[in-house]
Amino acid sequence: MEQQIFHHTYENGITLVAQPMPWLESAAFSIAVPAGCQYDALPQRGIANFVCEMVQRGCGELNSREFIEALESLGVDYSSSASLYNTNFGGAMQAAQLHDALRVYADVLQRPSFPQDQLEDGRLVCFQEIAALKDDLAQRALQKLRTNFYGAIDGRNCEGTLETVQSITLSDIRNFYDQHYRPNGLIIACAGKLDFDLLQAHVGELFQDWQSKPDPIVSTAPSTHGIEHIEHESEQTHIAIAYPGVPYSHEDYYLNRGAIGVLSGGMSSRLFTEVREKRGLCYTVFASCHTLKDKGAVLCYSGTTNERAQETLDVIIEELQKMALGIKEDELRRLKVQVKSGMVMQQESCRGRAGSIAGDWFHLGRVRTLDEVNEKINQLTVESINEYLAANPPQSFDIVTLGPQPLEFEAHGISATQA
Amino acid sequence: MEYRQHRLKNGLNILAECNPQAYTSAFGFFVRTGARDETSEISGVSHFLEHMVFKGTPNRSAAQVNLELDEMGSSSNARTGEESTIYHAAVLPEFQGQVVELLSDIMRPSLRIDDFETEKQVIIEEIKMYDDQPPYGGYERVMSEFFGKHPLGQSVLGTVDSVSGLTPESMMSYFEERYSPSNICFAGAGKIDFDQLVEDLDKHCGQWTPFSPGRSTQTADYRTGFVSMHKPNSHQQYILQMAAGPSSTQEIRFATAVLCSIIGDDSGSRLYWEFLDSGLAESAGMGGYDYQGSGAIMSFICCSPEQAQENLERLAKLQQNIRKEGITQKELDLAKRKIASHIVLASERTNSRMFSIGAQWLSEESFKTVAEIAAIYESVTLDQIHEALETFPLDKNMTVTVGPCENLVAPQ
Repeated sequence: MEQQIFHHTYENGITLVAQPMPWLESAAFSIAVPAGCQYDALPQRGIANFVCEMVQRGCGELNSREFIEALESLGVDYSSSASLYNTNFGGAMQAAQLHDALRVYADVLQRPSFPQDQLEDGRLVCFQEIAALKDDLAQRALQKLRTNFYGAIDGRNCEGTLETVQSITLSDIRNFYDQHYRPNGLIIACAGKLDFDLLQAHVGELFQDWQSKPDPIVSTAPSTHGIEHIEHESEQTHIAIAYPGVPYSHEDYYLNRGAIGVLSGGMSSRLFTEVREKRGLCYTVFASCHTLKDKGAVLCYSGTTNERAQETLDVIIEELQKMALGIKEDELRRLKVQVKSGMVMQQESCRGRAGSIAGDWFHLGRVRTLDEVNEKINQLTVESINEYLAANPPQSFDIVTLGPQPLEFEAHGISATQA
Repeated sequence: MEYRQHRLKNGLNILAECNPQAYTSAFGFFVRTGARDETSEISGVSHFLEHMVFKGTPNRSAAQVNLELDEMGSSSNARTGEESTIYHAAVLPEFQGQVVELLSDIMRPSLRIDDFETEKQVIIEEIKMYDDQPPYGGYERVMSEFFGKHPLGQSVLGTVDSVSGLTPESMMSYFEERYSPSNICFAGAGKIDFDQLVEDLDKHCGQWTPFSPGRSTQTADYRTGFVSMHKPNSHQQYILQMAAGPSSTQEIRFATAVLCSIIGDDSGSRLYWEFLDSGLAESAGMGGYDYQGSGAIMSFICCSPEQAQENLERLAKLQQNIRKEGITQKELDLAKRKIASHIVLASERTNSRMFSIGAQWLSEESFKTVAEIAAIYESVTLDQIHEALETFPLDKNMTVTVGPCENLVAPQ
């Protein structure tokens, strides 16, 4: 399967990056605006998310309802969300509509009207998003873990709190937009049935008048490592564990990714086998690589009934620590087939590809082609992964548990004051 | 793209959409069995059996099954519903023979006692997991209240008690009553060598003994009412509402699906403008649940407890208005555009084609291609939409609400 990636950076700093997938009838875009919640001022936490909501409540000639109708009449399956670094807008549709859909988003990004009469409805939507997190116990544990591990800015959730969102005014929203929505650093990724030359001309025309702006300053906040228990009367105890990993851009990324694949990549992976298959301790257990721009983590999760939570935790920690002893040849062989197979399957979805391409560009400033990833996977050896694991053994665990009772950690040489 | 089918002598159906251009292949066994085919003593057995199918055969241990699935780099899973159990795997085309052999083998599971008891714990964990997740048993409750004594009201997961009481023997006798080759279809999509597929399945499954599993598909006597479940430590209030809908073979189901999109799609629908754009709810939607002989339309709202009573009233009023004033041509046109686009996007996924083929067989439909299905949706008229509205009145429903509210009442 030949894969061609095209890219063009316009004068104002927008990068268009695209993969033609001529075997499809559809196309998708993924736009990353460098206006993520890392820029939220502490008293205005949630503002990037609120602005993301408001730019879609009237733009260009369209009012809030006409905007949705414009997308619907183009058959665009659209989405939007704020994340730490970017505010993302995505859509998938029949290929012939791609240019028209981008035209609508050119208005969203450059000409939002911020109508006063939409402000309170928009705020209520943001409140709903805050409420949605509260009943999702697994997410609550993982969210708290990310905040502890990465610190209050890099590990924040974009929704903010009821109090901070309540305090945001329309002029705050305009100010955030004016300062942060900018062409420099903005990525437009497209994939599907498309002609790059035509697309490049079209995007150039849509965004040519947008002037670049200075990059705003980002603050940092320290991590609060350690162990934390959130008391909650639930049927299961939710266990979330983090330890240092490497970011996507790091040269060791695939070594760590390979190791985590062995730990949690398939039905024969270590965690699934030891925690679920052999002991029947849980329904869900996983570990995954999480990446920020300049740092990474391995995040693990399991949910298990309270009386079996201690054993579940013990087995997971044991398996994590055992990783330092290395992986085996057959484990790596299975992992390689899985990764390759997964890459081919991704080629069936223009939406998936557009998202990956945007992510690659953001993290690397280029796109890793399938061939390149394939080569990196082929180069992995048991020795190289084991060398990495010996030098970077899973340790310094940050843990958040959520359930009726806290768990014991002493047996693992971890104390509540480890931080 | 070529549609092929074949029936083995023992009744096993083989259906495939062969696309030489595809990069992957997806396969699945579709069994016409699920919670509706259980008695209360063995409630949850279909789902538990689905787990046990991955636990080994006379030829393989549980660990070997997992190993081999991973060795092929397969993306595999299984699911159990009210009337179907599906086992599926997507692989690169070069693994066709291997994955077909494996799937065929696991369809005759050993049900070894050690594996059985360990997996029972996993099932209980799964039940407890859903107990902690919204809508906290609300779906099972609205199904059982709406369908009453009809078998479609039976829970897929079962309860901790019913699952604890299951034995390998009771599961095996259920298996022997349901897993007849004539009650099973093997569906495939993507790059498939069909002749080889038939030859392989004949070799692996040709000796399965056929029998005739029955199923009553009598239409349910739908119930109406209002039920409140108190869940004090939930933050949000969840409202689930079921009204009568088309069965899986009624022609009107296409118009009803369009109607559901117009009223309850997650964007641009009536519920969207009423509840989501305004921020009155966290989520709101409506969708069809069609089964053999019966069907339901479910509306769903999640909102703050303070807003719940007003939202119940708003939902009732919205339903009355739609019935009184109908749907506009513009709404119909927009919904059709959206559906057409979804069909194109879904048709590009090999897995989703395989599911579509298998699902069509499950409901005893005649096979329709993507183009045929798209044409049916395109041909839906406003009259058909209004006929669906009349046939399935949304305001005649069973409502279940779950959350911290204690005093919610049915809207007047």
